[in-house]
Amino acid sequence: MSKHLPTKFGEYGGMYVPELLIPALDQLEQAFMDAQQDESFQQEFIGLLKDYAGRPTPLTKTRNLVSNPKVTLYLKREDLLHGGAHKTNQVLGQALLTKRMGKTEVIAETGAGQHGVATALACALLGLKARIYMGAKDVERQAPNVFRMRLMGAEVIPVNAGSGTLKDAVNEALRDWSASYDKAHYLLGTAAGPHPFPTIVREFHRMIGEETKQQILEKEGRLPDAVVACVGGGSNAIGMFADFIDEPSVQLIGVEPAGKGLHTHEHGAAIAKGTKGILHGAYSYIMQTQDGQIEESYSVSAGLDYPAVGPQHAYLHDIGRATYESVTDEEALNAFQLLARKEGIIPALESSHALAHALNMADGAEEQMLIVVNLSGRGDKDLTHVHQILNGETQRG
Amino acid sequence: MDRYQAMFERLRESGQGAFVPFVMIGDPSLEDSLEIIEALITGGADALELGIPFSDPIADGPTIQKAAIRALDNQVRPRDCFALLTRVRDRHPDIPIGLLLYSNLVLSPGIDKFYRQAAKAGVDSILVADVPIRESAPFRQAARDHGMHQILIAPPNASEQTMASIGEFSSGYTYLLGRAGVTGTETAASMPAGELIDRLKAVGAAPPILGFGISKPEQVKSAIQAGAAGAIAGSATVKIIEQHLHDKPMMLTRLAEFVAGMKSATVYS
Repeated sequence: MSKHLPTKFGEYGGMYVPELLIPALDQLEQAFMDAQQDESFQQEFIGLLKDYAGRPTPLTKTRNLVSNPKVTLYLKREDLLHGGAHKTNQVLGQALLTKRMGKTEVIAETGAGQHGVATALACALLGLKARIYMGAKDVERQAPNVFRMRLMGAEVIPVNAGSGTLKDAVNEALRDWSASYDKAHYLLGTAAGPHPFPTIVREFHRMIGEETKQQILEKEGRLPDAVVACVGGGSNAIGMFADFIDEPSVQLIGVEPAGKGLHTHEHGAAIAKGTKGILHGAYSYIMQTQDGQIEESYSVSAGLDYPAVGPQHAYLHDIGRATYESVTDEEALNAFQLLARKEGIIPALESSHALAHALNMADGAEEQMLIVVNLSGRGDKDLTHVHQILNGETQRG
Repeated sequence: MDRYQAMFERLRESGQGAFVPFVMIGDPSLEDSLEIIEALITGGADALELGIPFSDPIADGPTIQKAAIRALDNQVRPRDCFALLTRVRDRHPDIPIGLLLYSNLVLSPGIDKFYRQAAKAGVDSILVADVPIRESAPFRQAARDHGMHQILIAPPNASEQTMASIGEFSSGYTYLLGRAGVTGTETAASMPAGELIDRLKAVGAAPPILGFGISKPEQVKSAIQAGAAGAIAGSATVKIIEQHLHDKPMMLTRLAEFVAGMKSATVYS
């Protein structure tokens, strides 16, 4: 057996799963390490990203959004990627790994349905059989994405257990995997979960930051002062941060969902308000009761509605390399509308959180400031929901 | 003497294997749990495996998930579970008692404090379902510090390296998985487990007790014949509780009958 990858980020991460899943995780780690060294794998991955998914995505300078003349704000346009969000990047990578391991089936979880849609499209393309667990409540809330997944041949399995949302879908996917690991790969959708998922997901998203760096140097001749990304589990943020971690002049800012406010119980800010613990195989910041029972998170944006955060974010927070802020539903909804009106771009509600925080930074800036926001997804999936909220037809969420 | 060791010696002398039922503490209520445990012991349970309810039990199938939900809906907390364990221990000084639970419940008060509380309540062993051997060092240390056993799982797909670690670190007993997947009687244990049992014996592991998918006396019998030191039935036991939620006398009768039937199959033939 060759060398292993580090399983932890400081004290965070690890492999807190039943013994039964350890061989499957070891097999995945080995396949990933081999693939990273394998020229033909890399060529196939890069080829799919370019010719199928549409990479590189543009870096767009906003024209009208920011009123403070000292501030220049760019958007990394992951919303233009096939599938409508950054999710497609790493799903293509893991789908190729699935084939490399000789597995024919894919299990996935999804909250809003974006990871499910990305999984469904990659499996359709690569001839894999996909079954996607989705909380029963989310199946109702996200009907168009359920239809998209089914249209592309995936089986969508509603999960009634627990709260019927993302965390329960992850539980059910892990349960499935513990019986099916011989044939099936668990294609986890964010930079959380047991090792090696946080590392694999980061590496398969790191082109977001690499492209951004190259593009901003071409356009501005310098690195940005800050890169800003929303954080649920934290996949788009870690993809944006990865190539900037060793650039100390660049502030890394993650934005968690404050929901109805951090003073309420209805939020999903695991770093701001959570405590250390284990959920879904990783030690990190999680939302829990004083006894260690996992609490339910809340956000207007289903993609950020998760009661934990990826372990590398917990580590970057603790060592002070990245800063984690939070934005309420209301601020995110304002940013959502503002970007539509000022720039003609409808962002995902998830990405609207990052944008809202960048706009707060811009308002307060007294010196020259160059900011890049990772516009991780487009807002088509949110239109009905936002329409209802703006018409006052629904309580948020 | 160590309670597991005493049990295995007593059983060996009388030509029997162990039957170990599992139930969730606080399912459906704490008071009921006390009576349920009495029924299990009356039926002939050699040892007890008891769960503390957790919100996200990833190694459990629907039956045990529902048991946890029933207990959590009744606001059952870990400290209530320890209080109940203390009462069981007072009544039954000799029966081995194992806890089966998830890591975040242990981490919440801190590993050392949790193990101290468990030891004080008379617990003999702790199995943390989502702590594999490679993450188990601090848990094993705490178990040693407080005079308990950390129970390790031997899965059917165990690598040589895992087997070697089980040989080195297992104590009390080894929880032998009869099959892949999660707990539940929907899929029966795949028999015989003989090959895995031989591998465990070769590495000098603690006595193997077979669990996962065990619901019938015939399965207990073939586990014992294959060389297991006993069998555990969780979901099958919990299912009896679930089926008689509104008729407690019947629930207790059926539980005692079930355990007696399973226990009778542990006699070497």
